[in-house]
Amino acid sequence: MLNVKLYDIPDSDIAWCPGCGNFGILNELKSALSELNLQPNQVVIVSGIGQAAKMPQYINVNMFNGLHGRTLPVATGIKLVNPSLTVIAESGDGCTYGEGGNHFIHTIRKNPNIVNLVHDNMIYGLTKGQASPTTPKGVVTSLQFDGVFVEPFNPISVAIALNASFVARTFMGYNDLTVDLIKQAIQHRGYALIDILQPCVTFNKFNTYQWYKENTYILPDDYDPTDKNAAFEIAMNTEKLALGVIYKNSEKAVYEDFQPKIKLF
Amino acid sequence: MFSNETLSIVLSGAAGQGIQTVEKLLTKIAKESGYYVFATKEYMSRVRGGNNSTEILISSKPVMAFRNKIDILVTLNNNSIDRLRNRISNKTFILGEEAYVKNEINKLPVPILQLAKDVGNPIYANSVSSGILSGIIDADLEIVKKCVSDCFSTKNPEIVKKNITATVKGYNFGKSLNLRVNIKKNPKIKNHYLINGSQAVSKGAIAGGCNFISSYPMSPATAVFTELAKASKEYNIIVDQAEDEIAAANMVIGAWYAGARGLVSTSGGGFALMTEAISLSGMIETPIVVHLAQRPGPATGLPTRTEQGDLNLALYAGHGSFPRIIFAPSGLDEAYYLTAQAFNYADEFQVPVFVLTDQYLLDSIYNVEKFPNVELTRHIVKTDENYKRYEITEDGISPRGIPGFGTGVVRVDSDEHDEYGHITESSEVRTKMVNKRMKKLDKIIEKSIEPVLYGHKDYDYLFVSWGSTSLILKEALENLENNRVALLHFPQVYPLPKSSKKYFKKAKKLIFVEQNITGQFADLVKQTYGINTSKRILKYDGFPFSVEELTDKIKGEL
Ligand SMILES: Cc1ncc(C[n+]2csc(CCOP(=O)(O)OP(=O)(O)O)c2C)c(N)n1
Ligand code: SF4
Repeated sequence: MLNVKLYDIPDSDIAWCPGCGNFGILNELKSALSELNLQPNQVVIVSGIGQAAKMPQYINVNMFNGLHGRTLPVATGIKLVNPSLTVIAESGDGCTYGEGGNHFIHTIRKNPNIVNLVHDNMIYGLTKGQASPTTPKGVVTSLQFDGVFVEPFNPISVAIALNASFVARTFMGYNDLTVDLIKQAIQHRGYALIDILQPCVTFNKFNTYQWYKENTYILPDDYDPTDKNAAFEIAMNTEKLALGVIYKNSEKAVYEDFQPKIKLF
Repeated sequence: MFSNETLSIVLSGAAGQGIQTVEKLLTKIAKESGYYVFATKEYMSRVRGGNNSTEILISSKPVMAFRNKIDILVTLNNNSIDRLRNRISNKTFILGEEAYVKNEINKLPVPILQLAKDVGNPIYANSVSSGILSGIIDADLEIVKKCVSDCFSTKNPEIVKKNITATVKGYNFGKSLNLRVNIKKNPKIKNHYLINGSQAVSKGAIAGGCNFISSYPMSPATAVFTELAKASKEYNIIVDQAEDEIAAANMVIGAWYAGARGLVSTSGGGFALMTEAISLSGMIETPIVVHLAQRPGPATGLPTRTEQGDLNLALYAGHGSFPRIIFAPSGLDEAYYLTAQAFNYADEFQVPVFVLTDQYLLDSIYNVEKFPNVELTRHIVKTDENYKRYEITEDGISPRGIPGFGTGVVRVDSDEHDEYGHITESSEVRTKMVNKRMKKLDKIIEKSIEPVLYGHKDYDYLFVSWGSTSLILKEALENLENNRVALLHFPQVYPLPKSSKKYFKKAKKLIFVEQNITGQFADLVKQTYGINTSKRILKYDGFPFSVEELTDKIKGEL
């Protein structure tokens, strides 16, 4: 196991609010990388724009902090060119499911061997509290004064419907579970989505630490994630959100396997 | 009967009738027989029906420009002639089924369909037509047979045989028409390459080390995408059909970041979506090469027609200030050369580089003796632990590392950043970084590709053009034989090479010739040098200038 300190960036001026869920995800990601013995120069984190997207600013690995919504095409491009790199596309729910919605659909279809970590705080943080695609109905925001009146986006069920090869959800407050899922996602060959529930203590007063604990449950050990129908049913249940690997399909062909290997250096 | 050294044949018919097959066959047959050839097509935005045409020039000297005149018109349907009426003179021979040509002065009725049916199927009409024209231009019969056989090589032998029979029937008919042409053959031409603009761009990309393409289909840019996909196995090119242009451009930037040499091929409407990625490329100093195939806009415009209306789009795409490079080839060898160089320049200067073409250039075919040699240069470094992606250097160019090559990490950021790529809001760092990025422009200008002067060095009248218009203008000026006139062609339209100023200064009168309504390049020159560029010859009806049309317009300026 590599020393976690290897991924620290000295004198980092972290721009998150005190108490924000992003801190937990930062530590969990570092732990997962160190437990998998991944050298900083072998990992690339690609992010978009938003509070969550600042993540790679605070980890000492290769970083591509690009544009709002565009993490997945960039990550796919990098992976196609150099399949030996561990490529992690990481961003918020607005960035991934809103601005990047089309890329979300088509990256699942292509199935490159990348990890997609989505910090799902059910709100737009950086632009100060507007609804995101996953904000629950009825929640009052800085823009939706009468409460959100449209159905929230269900990333898990969409990903399963598109036959994504690895679909998981976690709550960042559960450290061990999250570290374990990130490790599994990295080790999985194919596109791996983890929707990481994350409180935004500043703008989302509804989906709090307490709310996430009360409204989630961890899938039992004997749950079989290869059963697509069962997975779909679990994903459609939004009363109680399931945590763990909800769906897994290791048979799916991987995008870069169809491409020639190119000489880089 | 035809005294000219250049014969102009136009084929006209509906989409789906196989004009393209005739174009492909006849240009090959003519070239292999020892003629210089040129072909360009125009077509409607529909898959079947409508009315399309192809012009094929056969000559004893190099021909690289569209001309209006038609010596022989081959009509394949009943509404071709009226559409081309203003290009038909009383010297034009009109060839086709009796029913289509019966009212024409120089009619040459040919039972093309009957001849095809005699072989067994009306679908052989294409081969019959190619045969007739091959007979008229006195092509070598053995070459004709070989070209037909090559053209249908993927079909079963029976079909190949029938096509050959149909062609030979046509050939004999063509010979019997007593239309003699007087064009000298040159056996050396046989060894020339016969390609179109899209192939020139894609071959140039390959010569420039392109090993990645992601694009979203849009006419006329798709052909380059397709050519590179065809070449992907032989040359190890990663090919991705993106979900949209936004994805394509971002993916190509990701590919460059990881160490590839990536291209997007798109047209104006698609490029509009890529402008955010162009900004990104400027900010993170990760290159992108864009083949921007112009067609008339705005919006979806005339999807299958030609224009030079997107210079401003390429020039101003993206927000904020950052350097870029824009090339605009005139013909095939330049398209090859500039596309290859686009990759070297992108790699060296770490900026977006554009190759601006247009439908006319991409769909034009002619024989090219040989392609220029391009040396491939790479500009990446192996990183160490102290690697700084945005190291401030004298010329603004920071050594570019790629992930996994060396022990360092490569950190790029679309937010303003310090030398390590860390996000910053320091006003001091911001100023330094903006200066660093813009500094590169000086070196780019120094290394610019020079304008090319054709014609007399002691000119009074200087005609100025860029892109595909230049070759048409060149031929028009040659016809004029006036020693007070010259042409200045710009293969690089931005940034403007320093040397151009001296050419402008020397002219008594400057006339800009462009295919757009405002004179976008003339405006750029005016803005750069503050000189008078008010004389402009402009066209924007969706069709290229013809040599004759430009000859007339030029005379009006002298
Ligand atoms: C093209 C574009 N549109 C809008 C923005 C402004 N913007 C920045 S972050 C953001 C939303 C971020 O929300 P989310 O992805 O949920 O991340 P969070 O900040 O909540 O972590 C928006 C709209 C932008 N940077 N770029
Ligand atoms: S705004 Fe919300 S998501 Fe952003 S740092 Fe603050 S608490 Fe975290």
